[in-house]
Amino acid sequence: MELLCPAGSLPALKKAIDCGADAVYIGLKDDTNARHFAGLNFTDKKLVQGAQYVADHHKHLHIAINTFAHPGGEKRWQNAVDKCVDLGANAAIIADIATLDYAANKYPELELHLSVQASATNTASIAFYKQNFNIKRVVLPRVLSIQQVKQLSRNTDIDLEVFAFGSLCIMAEGRCYLSSYFTSESPNTVGACSPAKYVRYQETDNGLESRLNNILIDRYQRGENAGYPTLCKGKFIVDNNLYHALEEPTSLNTLAMLPELMGAGIRSVKIEGRQRSTAYVEQITRVWREAIDTYQADPDHYQVKESWDETLANVSEGRQTTLGAYHRDWQ
Amino acid sequence: MKISLGPLLYYWPKQKVEDFYQQAITSEADIIYLGETVCSKRRELKSRDWIELAKALEGQGKEIILSSMALLEAPSEVKVLRQLCENGVVSLEANDVGAIQLLSESKLPFICGPAINCYNASVIKLFVNKGMQRWVMPVELSRDWLAKTLTDCEDLGIRSQFEVEVFAHGFMPLAYSARCFTARSENKGKDDCELCCIKYPNGRITTTQEGQQVFILNGIQTQSGYCYNLLNDLPSMQGMVDIARISPTGSESFATVQQFRDALNGQVNYLPLDSKECNGFWHQIAGLEKH
Repeated sequence: MELLCPAGSLPALKKAIDCGADAVYIGLKDDTNARHFAGLNFTDKKLVQGAQYVADHHKHLHIAINTFAHPGGEKRWQNAVDKCVDLGANAAIIADIATLDYAANKYPELELHLSVQASATNTASIAFYKQNFNIKRVVLPRVLSIQQVKQLSRNTDIDLEVFAFGSLCIMAEGRCYLSSYFTSESPNTVGACSPAKYVRYQETDNGLESRLNNILIDRYQRGENAGYPTLCKGKFIVDNNLYHALEEPTSLNTLAMLPELMGAGIRSVKIEGRQRSTAYVEQITRVWREAIDTYQADPDHYQVKESWDETLANVSEGRQTTLGAYHRDWQ
Repeated sequence: MKISLGPLLYYWPKQKVEDFYQQAITSEADIIYLGETVCSKRRELKSRDWIELAKALEGQGKEIILSSMALLEAPSEVKVLRQLCENGVVSLEANDVGAIQLLSESKLPFICGPAINCYNASVIKLFVNKGMQRWVMPVELSRDWLAKTLTDCEDLGIRSQFEVEVFAHGFMPLAYSARCFTARSENKGKDDCELCCIKYPNGRITTTQEGQQVFILNGIQTQSGYCYNLLNDLPSMQGMVDIARISPTGSESFATVQQFRDALNGQVNYLPLDSKECNGFWHQIAGLEKH
């Protein structure tokens, strides 16, 4: 099983490799990837250095080209694919059918992974991408239960990659327009959800308020930890009840499910968080490397160590973690 | 320009659904979409019933289309999709790429629904080659995006090979989840939901702590809190859009259809949007805003 770690910068990439990642995934410094944030991602020069570092350590490099090409702008997405090939990356993670079509026709040797943003959740959809673009791997959206992941694994011969840890997207990825509904910018079109430039925190008589494009997402009393106003994790009112109507600020953590993921033949476990710090990448990679190695050394006696959970909770949203949709009760 | 009634997005009792479509058949709508697109547990009408209803509505002067589910997770759901595809009479609106796969395998024409990520002319071209006859633009896209896409389609020589439909009125589907938010709002899990969506014929209104209506919870679907209304924007669709979609909320939707018809005939002047309506996406601003 491959441990696939995020890197939003060259130091993070090096740290991931040093701490035991089998592969890292990165994005270019433009809107062709879904973490298009200021100060993040790789310029041409850093790309070359990063690719070299990964190759020198005999690990794998995946490049995320996971937004949808704009009309009149398809060249930008095609250039991203060209760069991926020039760098000698091991795989391109692509969402847009136009970009997949370009990559499959121009570079039949390039390994294509279907991005989670393509939202392929069933055998028929996977067959479409396999037949038309010869994809080698599918990154599964975080909407399937572990039973459904197992069924899919039994019913398709394609490699499956699942999210194992990180910020929890609770909607079928690539089909969520909540962010553009609030701000005009969405992951699909701009490469960002609940973009930072729309975020405001205001001290008021009612407490600290977090807003996204001036829409109230949450209110915090003194001493409460104020989270980032990702709009699906705010507190809203339904019929006089105030609660986290969609989801609480929480992160996905599947350490406890590792044996089941292994048993299901999952090819790769993916850690979310290209936007996070080098320290985050270091801690997460160490824990997951140790967990996978521990399992593989003695599968029958695998147990999640308390210290692993503590480390992961420390870097989780709201210090909470969940099994998310993998566990039916969450749904 | 034609007017369509989109698929019913809410969970209604069977009789109410049948009554609704009896009215629809005499309404001003040119095209009627029907079928369950949100949740496979909603079985007041089973897939066989939807197919029967679609066949019964055929031949009465309207174009009838069956819409498929947006989020397919279980093998049983793919099986139902296959049944719909093989109905033999009525065309399908595909709302997942899996549906496009099944339909193109069978060489059947299809409509690309709004839940499919078709964002540019190259994808349209590929879909046209697979049998796409109509593209329903994703709700988050603007007039400007559409105009550029259609220019690209002209350059590719495919502009005449498909129709364009735009979601023009109603509460927009904005997201799909594994989680059922209606069940959650009643402190129930999805597996024990007791089909509680049936209690909310127009979903559950969700507001901010300041009372701003931001979402409508509709099972696993999250809809826009405001009603999208492009009535005043019909003139700006001329030459690009073939069909304006009205998403049903109840029998009042027939009045909306009539209003759109009147507007197309030049009989309605500009009507200012009320405080719970929006048209932002069309104007390339935040969806919930008004231009």
